[in-house]
Amino acid sequence: MSIHDQPLIRIKRLNKWYGDLHVLRDIDLDVQEQEVVVIIGASGSGKSTLLRCINHLERAQKGTITFDGKPIRTSEKVINRFRQEMGMVFQHFNLFPHMSVIGNIMEGPVHVKHMPKHEARELAIHLLDKVGLGDKTDTYPSMLSGGQKQRVAIARALAMEPRVMLFDEPTSALDPELVGEVIKVMEDLGREGMTMVVVTHEMWFAREAAHRVVYMDEGSILEEGTPEQMFSSPENERTKTFLRQILPQEEAPVGA
Amino acid sequence: MDRIIPWDFSVIPEKFMLFRDAALYTLQITTMGILVGLVLGLIAALMKISNQRVVSGLAGFYIFIIRGTPLLLQLFIIYYGMTTIVTIPPFPSAVIALGVHNGAYIAEIFRGSIQSIDYGQMEAARSLGMPKPRAMRRIILPQAFKRAVPPLGNQFIIALKDSSLASTIAVPELLLRGRQMGSSTFMYMEMLIIVAIWYLLMTSVLTYGVHRLEKRMRVSDRVHT
Ligand SMILES: Nc1ncnc2c1ncn2[C@@H]1O[C@H](COP(=O)(O)OP(=O)(O)OP(=O)(O)O)[C@@H](O)[C@H]1O
Ligand SMILES: [Mg+2]
Repeated sequence: MSIHDQPLIRIKRLNKWYGDLHVLRDIDLDVQEQEVVVIIGASGSGKSTLLRCINHLERAQKGTITFDGKPIRTSEKVINRFRQEMGMVFQHFNLFPHMSVIGNIMEGPVHVKHMPKHEARELAIHLLDKVGLGDKTDTYPSMLSGGQKQRVAIARALAMEPRVMLFDEPTSALDPELVGEVIKVMEDLGREGMTMVVVTHEMWFAREAAHRVVYMDEGSILEEGTPEQMFSSPENERTKTFLRQILPQEEAPVGA
Repeated sequence: MDRIIPWDFSVIPEKFMLFRDAALYTLQITTMGILVGLVLGLIAALMKISNQRVVSGLAGFYIFIIRGTPLLLQLFIIYYGMTTIVTIPPFPSAVIALGVHNGAYIAEIFRGSIQSIDYGQMEAARSLGMPKPRAMRRIILPQAFKRAVPPLGNQFIIALKDSSLASTIAVPELLLRGRQMGSSTFMYMEMLIIVAIWYLLMTSVLTYGVHRLEKRMRVSDRVHT
């Protein structure tokens, strides 16, 4: 998909340990430009760790990650530059509580990219409209619902104009009725061609928006394929078991 | 006149204002000591949480020394002990001692409040590509300062009362004034009670101010998440 036909993110033989605990085992994963990759797997299988390794919130001991053909080395300066191109959305939003909604969104552009304030403000207003919160500019995060918070967090990440968005279970801290509004924003993003790596248990999002589903188990990628392949005819026994556990509750449509 | 109590409290109103200048001294030592303490405290707190062993060790050593010895000793070390190198006059000695002393306690207050901020805040800032020092300044410290207000207020009250130790090195602050007035009028109790009233007035105003500040911050942004 990219002009040079090289993946935007290339992970090679990535290994990570927490003490004796081997949490990532020989992970190989390519993410193409404009691709939406969904990572699924049981709790503790290493999904978050993998995602956090991509933007170096965690450091892997072995293996390489390249972004746009360039290795993400360990110098702080270089990592900071790479992080600007990778938006991250957290399970618990992590909005800055001492800043208004628009302050949250302008923070990165103004204080990392040194964008003029009026320009950042315009960008923030545009992004807030996009996530459906155009009327919340001057509100503080504590006044928002979980779904609204997460949409602000998405807008905050988008304000850096990243080339890839990383989502770590963006809806699992939300009340069920608020999941839809966040997923819808993510689907729109995917449709617009944003490259995304998403850890989620929302299988209908995977079905609707993913180009590829990756199944992780005990630190390894056991199986990957298109959503159709993965959901209707998974090959690996463990994938089947996992999907059987997680799919039935997805039968009921979750309203957006 | 035979009195049931051996003291004449009626002199209190008339002598009260004679302590004004001394109270001003107390206020000055305290304010300046606190300012020094805040600066030292912030620096020591940031050093203490540093990943670099030497840096955090240095801060830890400072806190260890100060918290493990009496303020009066620290005051004497600065006022008497230093004389072989430099003679520091009473007033600056008191400010330095109070500042260095409070710095250690304020460092622990700041360290606690910084570490009480959810680590997700730092991660969110870092994920935007923000360098760590800037994330500390823009994201962590503003939240930490707010949490530090109640314990800081408490520390300021302690500092105000501790400033009375400056009387031992002849700073003409409240307590010294009380003792002098007591010995010149032979009305020790009466004069010391005036001193007590002055302290109570100042600590009450301080308590009220901190309380107001706390309340205003709570209303201004209802910080929870
Ligand atoms: N900071 C840490 N220190 C030690 N062990 C950790 C740390 N973070 C994660 N782990 C362990 O690493 C393993 C992988 O964790 P990770 O959070 O990546 O799993 P996950 O697939 O995201 O799980 P979940 O679905 O529960 O979020 C788990 O066994 C976890 O307990
Ligand atoms: Mg996780």
